[in-house]
Amino acid sequence: MGKPTGFKEHPRRAVPYREPLVRIKDFGEIYTEGDEDHLRTQGARCMDCGVPFCQSSSGCPIDNLIPEWNDLIYTGRWRDALDRLHKTNNFPEFTGRTCPAPCEGACVLGIIDPPVTIKNIENAIIDRGFAEGWVRPHPPKNRTGKKVAIVGSGPAGLAAADQLNKVGHTVTVYERADRIGGLLMYGIPNMKLDKGVVERRLNLLRQEGIKFVTSAHVGKQENFPAGHMTQIMEERGCQVTYIDPNQLLDEHDAVLLATGATKPRDLPIPGRDLKGIHLAMDFLTRNTKSLLDSELADKTYISAKGKRVVVIGGGDTGADCIGTSIRHGCTSVVNFELLDTPPVERAPNNPWPQWPRIFRLDYSHAEAAEKFGQDPRTYAILSKEFSDDGNGSVAGIKTVRIDWSKPGEKAPFTEVPGSEEVFECDLVFLSMGFLGPEQTVSDMLGLEYDTRSNFKAEHGQFTTSVDKVFAAGDCRRGQSLVVWAINEGRGAARAIDKFLMGHSNLPAPG
Amino acid sequence: MTGLNQFGYPEKQGLYDPAYEHDSCGVGFVAHIKGQRSHQIVQDAYVVLKNMEHRGACGCESNTGDGAGIMTALPHEFFAKVAKDELKADLPQPGKFGAGIVFLPQDANERLQCKRVVEQIVAEQGQRLVGWRKVPTESDAADIGPTARQSEPHMEQLIIAAADGVEGDAFERQLYLIRKRATRILREDTSLEQRKLFYVCSLSTKVIIYKGMLRTLQLMAYFPDLRDTDYTTHLAMVHSRFSTNTFPSWDRAQPLRFMSHNGEINTLRGNMNWMRAREGVMKSKLFGDNLDYCFPVMEPDCSDSGGFDNALEFLLMSGRSLQESVMMMIPEAWQKHDTMSESKRAFYEYHSCLMEPWDGPASVVFTDGKYIGAVLDRNGLRPSRYYITHDDRVIMASEVGVLPIEPSNVKEKGRLQPGKMFLVDFEQGKLISDDDLKGEFSARRPYAKWLRSQRIQLSNLRPNKEPHGFNPETLRPRMQAFGYTLETMHFLLQPMIREKRDPVGSMGNDSALACLSDQPRMLYDYFRQLFAQVTNPAIDSIREEIIMSLECYIGPEHNLLETNKEHAQRLLISHPILTNEELAAIKHMKYRGWKAKTIDITFPRAEGETGMLAALDRICAEAEKAIKDGFSLVILSDRAIGHDRVPLSTLLASAGVHHHLVREAKRTRIGIVLETGEAREVHHHCLLVGYGADAINPYLTFEALWQARIEGRLDPYEFSDDEKVVNAYRKAVAKGILKVMGKMGISTLQSYKGAQIFEAVGLKDDVIDRCFTNTASRVQGVDFKVLATEILRRHALGYPERQQDASPSLQNPGEFHWRAEGEKHGWEPNVIADLQVAARTNDADAYWRFATQIDDENRKRYTLRGLLRFKEGVNGDPIPLEEVEPVSEIFKRFCTGAMSFGSISSEAHETLAISMNRLGGKSNTGEGGEDSVRFKPLPNGDSKRSAIKQVASGRFGVTAWYLTNADELQIKISQGAKPGEGGELPGHKVDDYIARIRHSTPGVGLISPPPHHDIYSIEDLAQLIHDLKNANPAARVSVKLVSEVGVGTVAAGVAKAHADHILISGDTGGTGASPLTSIKHAGLPWELGIAETHQTLVMNDLRSRVVLQTDGGMKTGRDVVIGFLLGAEEIGFSTAPLITLGCIMMRKCHLNTCPVGIATQDPILRKKFVGKPEHVVNYLFMVAEDVRRHMAQLGFRTVDELVGRADVLDMSTAIDHWKADGIDLTAILTPAKKPREDVETRCTIKQDHGLELALDNTHLLNLCAPAIDNGYKVRLQLPIINTNRTVGTILSHNLVKKWGEDGLADDTIHIKFSGSAGQSFGAWLARGITLELEGDANDYVAKGLSGGRVAIYPPRTSGFAPEDNIIVGNVCLYGATSGRAFFRGRAAERFCVRNSGAWAVVEGVGDHGCEYMTGGRAIILGPTGRNFAAGMSGGIAYVWAPDRDEFRLNCNLALVDLEDVESDDDIGELLEMIEDHHKFTGSTIAGKMLENWPDVLEEFVKVMPLDYRRVLMERKSHDEEQESTVRAEGPND
Repeated sequence: MGKPTGFKEHPRRAVPYREPLVRIKDFGEIYTEGDEDHLRTQGARCMDCGVPFCQSSSGCPIDNLIPEWNDLIYTGRWRDALDRLHKTNNFPEFTGRTCPAPCEGACVLGIIDPPVTIKNIENAIIDRGFAEGWVRPHPPKNRTGKKVAIVGSGPAGLAAADQLNKVGHTVTVYERADRIGGLLMYGIPNMKLDKGVVERRLNLLRQEGIKFVTSAHVGKQENFPAGHMTQIMEERGCQVTYIDPNQLLDEHDAVLLATGATKPRDLPIPGRDLKGIHLAMDFLTRNTKSLLDSELADKTYISAKGKRVVVIGGGDTGADCIGTSIRHGCTSVVNFELLDTPPVERAPNNPWPQWPRIFRLDYSHAEAAEKFGQDPRTYAILSKEFSDDGNGSVAGIKTVRIDWSKPGEKAPFTEVPGSEEVFECDLVFLSMGFLGPEQTVSDMLGLEYDTRSNFKAEHGQFTTSVDKVFAAGDCRRGQSLVVWAINEGRGAARAIDKFLMGHSNLPAPG
Repeated sequence: MTGLNQFGYPEKQGLYDPAYEHDSCGVGFVAHIKGQRSHQIVQDAYVVLKNMEHRGACGCESNTGDGAGIMTALPHEFFAKVAKDELKADLPQPGKFGAGIVFLPQDANERLQCKRVVEQIVAEQGQRLVGWRKVPTESDAADIGPTARQSEPHMEQLIIAAADGVEGDAFERQLYLIRKRATRILREDTSLEQRKLFYVCSLSTKVIIYKGMLRTLQLMAYFPDLRDTDYTTHLAMVHSRFSTNTFPSWDRAQPLRFMSHNGEINTLRGNMNWMRAREGVMKSKLFGDNLDYCFPVMEPDCSDSGGFDNALEFLLMSGRSLQESVMMMIPEAWQKHDTMSESKRAFYEYHSCLMEPWDGPASVVFTDGKYIGAVLDRNGLRPSRYYITHDDRVIMASEVGVLPIEPSNVKEKGRLQPGKMFLVDFEQGKLISDDDLKGEFSARRPYAKWLRSQRIQLSNLRPNKEPHGFNPETLRPRMQAFGYTLETMHFLLQPMIREKRDPVGSMGNDSALACLSDQPRMLYDYFRQLFAQVTNPAIDSIREEIIMSLECYIGPEHNLLETNKEHAQRLLISHPILTNEELAAIKHMKYRGWKAKTIDITFPRAEGETGMLAALDRICAEAEKAIKDGFSLVILSDRAIGHDRVPLSTLLASAGVHHHLVREAKRTRIGIVLETGEAREVHHHCLLVGYGADAINPYLTFEALWQARIEGRLDPYEFSDDEKVVNAYRKAVAKGILKVMGKMGISTLQSYKGAQIFEAVGLKDDVIDRCFTNTASRVQGVDFKVLATEILRRHALGYPERQQDASPSLQNPGEFHWRAEGEKHGWEPNVIADLQVAARTNDADAYWRFATQIDDENRKRYTLRGLLRFKEGVNGDPIPLEEVEPVSEIFKRFCTGAMSFGSISSEAHETLAISMNRLGGKSNTGEGGEDSVRFKPLPNGDSKRSAIKQVASGRFGVTAWYLTNADELQIKISQGAKPGEGGELPGHKVDDYIARIRHSTPGVGLISPPPHHDIYSIEDLAQLIHDLKNANPAARVSVKLVSEVGVGTVAAGVAKAHADHILISGDTGGTGASPLTSIKHAGLPWELGIAETHQTLVMNDLRSRVVLQTDGGMKTGRDVVIGFLLGAEEIGFSTAPLITLGCIMMRKCHLNTCPVGIATQDPILRKKFVGKPEHVVNYLFMVAEDVRRHMAQLGFRTVDELVGRADVLDMSTAIDHWKADGIDLTAILTPAKKPREDVETRCTIKQDHGLELALDNTHLLNLCAPAIDNGYKVRLQLPIINTNRTVGTILSHNLVKKWGEDGLADDTIHIKFSGSAGQSFGAWLARGITLELEGDANDYVAKGLSGGRVAIYPPRTSGFAPEDNIIVGNVCLYGATSGRAFFRGRAAERFCVRNSGAWAVVEGVGDHGCEYMTGGRAIILGPTGRNFAAGMSGGIAYVWAPDRDEFRLNCNLALVDLEDVESDDDIGELLEMIEDHHKFTGSTIAGKMLENWPDVLEEFVKVMPLDYRRVLMERKSHDEEQESTVRAEGPND
């Protein structure tokens, strides 16, 4: 398969993003389209390994048949590639855009050369599929009469819904926001995943017969904290319906909880209550909703325009806050990361095929560097206190540098004496990850939790402690990647199908 | 005697099965052409026999031989004398009485009963008993060994007189019936404890046999009759046996009743089945109602030779002549013989309609007293040499020189040629040449006319009107239901038609055994191909294509016992794969009364699992009815597949019908044709034919490939239409089937058909007994129910119950390349990653992660050892770890596997060597030679020298120096990944350096010969072991075998051939390049092989003489401990060490694109190599610690205590697997049965190689000491006889040891011999030594020649013309690397095979001259046999061919061009060699040429390999370029 010597002949060339200074002027996607020839030579780099680590447990969580579609792209058989791709992945257009690509980290070529541009190729296949009209609805021919309710319309819920619907079960998806998609819709900003792309897929699912119920909060009305989705929706005038999960359970043959890990980690240091300090999700959700509702004309979002921004937390969400702030027109942006600067190449304790913990430049970092002349990231820094501008708004952050090579008694690091600084700022976004699922629904159903406060259910089984109730995605495994959500959704679908029918032929990753 | 039956062979037990014994031997005869009787002939024959002692063997006791015997004419005077003296009886006239020796029970009562039964039968047959004479025997005087004595039968001569009016052949037939009837009754009479002792050696009016479980030297002493001077005869045939067992076997000694056989019948199982099937249609005027007494023709408990003799005897008794019967059973390779006469071809072709060839290496000597003759198999795989004397004697034997003859008395020296017959007619008193003999037989009947008028060809049948047969709309579900996968298309079918061969892959098979796999596996996956090793040679189906054939006649056979034109009325199928058009033509045929019945082999889905067996019953019944209804062919068709119809496996249906009809003796009344959607791979077709199918139409394969064509997956130019696709597929299958046949040493599909050359792994007896009768299946496993479940599961993939479950594309089960959701593999990603971390960072935690995962996965599925469990406490309580012997002791037992330099990079190869040397283990060169630079230690104390030097069939770089620099010499008989095939090194991996080390041509791919051309039998192996021991007496000699059923008995033979060490490799072994069919489907797991070998060796009391090693996918300490417990003393690792060095199982070794610099020669990729010796050392250290931990737990202190303790293992009961239920490992775990209490179960005794008797040791070393010590010149003259084997080799070893690789100046030592030299004369002769021989020599002269000079010419007093006579035997100069050789006379077959540097002159050669030559010069001043220059890719042959057209016909032109000798260089070297030839041998023909020079020059042809020419041109232009560069850059003058 493929071209045996391709990897020797062609260097890695990723499909470029749009020019940073151009793309920050809008919220359009950052990507450009790869031309066919370019992708063909990149596909030819795939070595068709005897043991393709790209789909090992260090690689693609949904076992994408990467060598197979790489070869098909090399030989120009895009339609077949699309079939192969859909075999393991319900939503390649989502992963092709948002996935950090553990497959590339595990790519065997990575031992000696930069890995194959797997993610680019995946994205190109699905985009071409839509462009050519190859992706069409295929509603099931027969219905089984079994009803399944899915709570949460993020990638896990959607993947499960798609799979269960395919084999003829009647699926209803409940979403508390006004738009379907969960994190895909409101968590990931538009420039990274165009909401039209999400809607395009949702329309297919609708045409195939999946029922979506929006503004439906499964659980009960309560005092939601600031930045909570239901709180934002209500605040923005949505008519939210509250549904008792036990009622869902009565009305369906199975219920799948795919509610995500939506409890944000906060930063309880002095000054946290000052104005101008927001949870990242609050910022991003409002921004997207305003963008979709009014192209940002309704001004209902938190604007960074003219502001000095500090983003605390160095993950993907942090990067998205940077990108969004830049697009608003912030005057500066700084990003704090607790950990040390990662090495340029793999450290000895981080051998291939593990995910390479190395220094990377994400899109918004590049944008910040272009616009402000320097990388926004500051490593090994600890925020100690927010300072007040005197009007109850934040004016700065007091920080101290830390040293990871000298573990302390209470922490795996020690503070560097005399390294205290103050970063002046007007806006602070906290993007320090999530602590697990909200527990109202689970408590109402009487679910057990695991030691990390996630819904207790075994991967592969996905059954909770309550009969007929299944759990999948971040609410079960904790905060993770879109591709893991798809993994769980597919697995849960198989488990539910088996539960309903006695056996299941639905494919599911291990 | 624990478990051993004293009389006859032990019963089948554990993994030992007596059915797998092999034997081979020396054979010869002496006769007076005019039929003059004398006692001298007995005496002479005895000398012949004694001088072939080294071709026989003895077992664990030096005075118990494997068997020796003599057949002579019935000595009438002698019998008259003893009858009178001892029986007080007068004998009738010669011809009116028959006599023979009968072996009888030792027990007097049982003996009496036997005799009474015989007497009654004699009476019933109307003949008269003259009496029984006790045969005098002298066991004490003959010093018969205890084992032989224990089972020594009581011997009496039975003398029967003919009834009045019964004479000649009619009386012989009566004697035959008496023997048959008595044998059938008595040997099966369970009331007789010693029934197996009853055996009739012969019963004839013309000949008599004296034989026993004797050594050659004991024969005369044991039988005083033979010493009686009244005992006279005109012929005497002798035989010395080499058996792979040591069990008592007086009756298996030869000669047999009408013949002696040196060789092996590879197709025996098929021949027996077909014979059984034919019995149903036999009628005989001669036997009439008595015919039933002849059945079964093939008697049980016979060796292959015995079976052959049974059939030959039957044909003879039923009216055919001996010669004709032999010609029928061992035909020449007529199918591709362009120069064979029309009538002879017709003779063979006609007889191929009656019977399939009995295929295998064979030198058969036969006699009925009227004639004595000999024949060689179609490929000349055994030696057979003869002298004819002026006083009308003929002496024929496996070797020359076995009977001293005054040179002036020799009229002619000849050899038997492949397929040729040699016959003495005593009545006419003359020799009959092959041409005359066959000419006469061919002319007896109008065979050609019969064939023309009767045979049916596909082209005769009416062109069909069947549609094309392409249904793309239903294609995908059908493909899915028949188990097609993406891999089927990607790895098998598409490459197959692209490359027109079975596609190549690399690395080992590490996926789950079919019987342990969770996936529904094809029935074909449960079968492993068997292959020839040691006791018979694999055939090179590519280079020796001229003897291979796929042509078969199919359809009803007629009465074997008649010869008439009806026999020829059969359908000729030239290729077992039928196109759709051909099948349609057959389906609808109405031609000469022939019609075909189509039988549906699908069953209703609704019937579920039970439907399958019901359908099988129905199909068998319908096939039987078709015979009754007069159909000629049945077509088993699965075309009816659909949502509601499930197809039986075609294999199950076809083999089921075949065996059903064999059992009913009806099989030869109908042909079986398959219309199958299932069969597609070469392995599938091989199985179908191997279990009796006559032709196959794989319609779905065609459709799948046509679809691929439409989808643009095939080259649109090459495959411009569907027919081209079909043709390419057929071509690939043909090549693939031929290769699989070749692996087993079978050359015609007709003989392969039904020969069942397979072993099943994981099928239960009910399946085997019904459909695959007599196939070995040693671990049991799945039954019909599981097979049905698998079929239904597969069917559901294409036709799911829920429409929604249908998949739009084929599955990828990850059978070849790992897939996350696919089949389990040994090397999963995590395993590889953890092992690399463990080895690189010396991280014990990572090792335990690795080991735990491997051991757990093993347990769950994929290996047999996974199903085993350690029984703690059997050897006492756990002991503290400190009490277990240290790792340094365990390292000594570790080796790395043979991976050639070439297959892997020098970086990887050297790293392995350094690491093993650091540990105190051993690394292995593999078959690619080794740069001698590496023999010197490095300054830091490391050494890149591989302790094990491999000697494989290609003999790459095997020089005296290479052999001298070894601690172990390993003869690679087979390799786990591709047993029965030679190594392959693709051309792009042969760079200049590798070509230099291998003495080959850069850029030219190398495929080693499938067999070692000096090992065609067990006694040949003994010879090679002896040769290697001579080449380096300090090194132990190892033989590498691959696990398959019967490997234990082969190993027993190898132990008797004096190997010091035997390696049993498992099927999972890796490879740099090998056909996928072989990687996946050949060989068996090592667990079976090592256990069988250990058990068999212990039973034979041979275990104490050899060290056993095993390998194949060894990874963890648990694997190693299980290896020890099942009988191994040493363990080999290959893939795991490579992984520590960076290998990530790319499986791209054959493409040269290994990205981590291991299996590649690409300089850029080699730079990516990051492996370090420490990595291997770290890993093996952790394995050794793992081993120690297990030992402590089990209570063992040393590995010695562990070896063979199978009782410490049992089968885990905790296995939860839907297929594993039926698996039974009892046979593996059966502790080895000791024949006596004191028998050792591990190696404790050194082999006696008998080197002290070698001429080199007795004379040469002393006499040549001045040369060896100081380089002085030495001149010697000595006599030589054929028992002086391997002369000059120890001398060469001592010379290079002292003087290094380059030896001494030419001719420093010059030894002149006179006489007949034994085998391997001048093997690996070093530079500085000249061996001159006046006389003649046997096989393997100057093999491995390493710079020395050999000159051989006939005795000056001989009267014959040297250039017309044979002077040296087969396979001379095999693997020679340098030096010169001159032979005044002709050489036999395969002259200069694999020569890679020596220059030689000879005056004529047999078939396959200069085969695979890669260097040097061969100058042939006479005729060449067929297939000259096959596979020749280097060096040059100059052939004197006045008739160039004739030479062209004999030349294999695939790789060479024929040119004139024109350039000065060429003329110069040719002239010089002819001058030297004249000078050293006195050749008259050379003299004449020199006189007529340069006119004679025009009659020379230069045989020039195309690749060699290319390289020379490249080199020349490169040199010119450099020269011009130098000139351009040089100073202007």
